[in-house]
Amino acid sequence: MSSEPNSTPGAAAAASVGGFLDFEKPLLRIQQDIEELEREQAETGRDLNEEIKQQRTRLKSTLRRLYSSLTPWETVQVARHPKRPLSTDYLKLVFRDFCELHGDRVFGDDRAILTGFARVGPHKVAFVGHSKGREVRERITCNFGCAHPEGYRKSLRLMRLAEKFRLPVVCIIDTQGAYPGIGSEERGVAQAIATNLMEMSRLRTPVVCVVIGEGGSGGALGIGVGDRVAMLEHAFYSVISPEGCAAILWKTAEHRKQAAEALHLTAKELLKLGIIDHIIPEPLGGAHREPETTATNLEKYVVEALSEVKRRTIDTLLRRRYERIRALGSFFESPSEPKPEDGSVGGTHRRTSSRAARLRNRLTTGTSPES
Amino acid sequence: MAEQVRGVPAGLWTRCEKCGHMVYEKEVVEALQVCTECGYHRRIDARTRIEQLVDPGSFEEFAVDLHSVDPLGFKDRMPYTERLKREQERTGEVEAVVIGRAFIRGRRVILGVMNPNFIMASMGAVVGEKVTRAIERAAEENLPLVMVTASGGARMQEGMVSLVQMAKTSAAVARLDEAGGLYIVVATDPTTAGVAASFASLGDVILAEPGAMIGFAGPRVIANTINAELPEGFQTAEFMLEHGFVDRIVPRAHLRREIARIIDYAGK
Ligand SMILES: [Zn+2]
Repeated sequence: MSSEPNSTPGAAAAASVGGFLDFEKPLLRIQQDIEELEREQAETGRDLNEEIKQQRTRLKSTLRRLYSSLTPWETVQVARHPKRPLSTDYLKLVFRDFCELHGDRVFGDDRAILTGFARVGPHKVAFVGHSKGREVRERITCNFGCAHPEGYRKSLRLMRLAEKFRLPVVCIIDTQGAYPGIGSEERGVAQAIATNLMEMSRLRTPVVCVVIGEGGSGGALGIGVGDRVAMLEHAFYSVISPEGCAAILWKTAEHRKQAAEALHLTAKELLKLGIIDHIIPEPLGGAHREPETTATNLEKYVVEALSEVKRRTIDTLLRRRYERIRALGSFFESPSEPKPEDGSVGGTHRRTSSRAARLRNRLTTGTSPES
Repeated sequence: MAEQVRGVPAGLWTRCEKCGHMVYEKEVVEALQVCTECGYHRRIDARTRIEQLVDPGSFEEFAVDLHSVDPLGFKDRMPYTERLKREQERTGEVEAVVIGRAFIRGRRVILGVMNPNFIMASMGAVVGEKVTRAIERAAEENLPLVMVTASGGARMQEGMVSLVQMAKTSAAVARLDEAGGLYIVVATDPTTAGVAASFASLGDVILAEPGAMIGFAGPRVIANTINAELPEGFQTAEFMLEHGFVDRIVPRAHLRREIARIIDYAGK
């Protein structure tokens, strides 16, 4: 929460000053007041502790107010915060004894996804996680967390090892998306992701996935199929970036706020939609303000989820995993549809959930024939 | 595209959108909507495709009346429900994929055909569900599955509900695979993004029409990211064949024959 010591007044116009995001401007002012008071106290020797304490309380309540009602676009900003803890931080804070295993055995070692053996709580696991990098050079090395096909193939290789040696898999997701480049296409990034989706659905070992920051479309889903899928409270998971969506549907990136809203990309919305099954709480003001607390919450979830899924027989687990995936997506099936002659569609395979029925009532301009 | 074509009175000359030559429309239609000058394969709607592909009168459609429920209450410049309604009125289709059972040269198959004319055959919950049902049907009835893919990718207006259809359809393919079923993909223009990165890439055998665009990321996105021009022929069926992701490039006129041939080798 420290503001940068050398920040000049002019720099206050920047989007993220001293770690404060745009929407956190009120916090920046209070923080500056506190620093002013502390300086004055140090220089004049006057006792300003009471005022400082008041300001700190104000800071906290403002923080609480801001974070209790983050808009989707604000959530996106928090999830992309330059100081937000990364997979590599959790590898130190949550996991122990990380034994990294490199390479996809086909083409290379994609640094955008780290894989290896690790321990968490009482569990030995296979770890698969996007790595974005913190410092400039590190970020370039891991391609900002945007994996090539090698990253997905390396992940699958690790998952196969996990299956063979009966280790559960933990996937930590944090990416803008798979890398859109010539090499990616030449080496079949679509095929690599598709293969992971298919194989993860039937991997004969438990899989627990957590989105910790950005869940960027297919590049996130490519290591995101499992028995449990959770998100950190202020992470987001989206079919397309708000900027990309705005550019396509509104024809201008300016509408990214509306796009973020429309896409229902927050953990809360996705839990409601049944896309994820758990939200891991973050400390007041977001994961970056207290990485250790976030790590504790993440560890608690991962350890419990693993204990839970490990209790099931693998066949039960696989059946439930399939059922979970199979039920994704609501739709409305007109009951007036003539039954096919053998009657097996529309009966056993009908998946019109009660949620779909509820949603149907919202379809005021709907085109479905009223039955 | 096919709409305009359909509207042209028979016997008229039209200009090929690829090579620019004037072509006799009737001949192009007889050539299955392939340019008689340059061989350009026009995009065709699902009904035209089915008519071209299956034995006359053999198609029985499944799951006709599945409708989107607009899970997000999505609205951009137009409400999603309105967009759907317009597409339905314009195309006469309920959604962007048609599935059913048919015969191809006397071989019984489960067939799925995506409709590039319906919101670019983007995959929302309904498309995902219908594709999944087709896959399940093939496993249940022990029939080969033929999936003619064409898609701009996930349907943004359904947000994450659309993205997870990639997982759903791929999981269904895994089950078909375990049942020993034959799955033939026919990738047509354009097979991209979320559909390319799920069931369209999972066929036991992947055929592609000449010149079809096949790829994951949009070419403009790639060009902007790498800040360079894309090589000639990038993300085409031929490019995918060269890089090992397509088994055979098959001209439209040979599709029936090639599908039947593969079924005779691999089908049950
Ligand atoms: Zn031509």
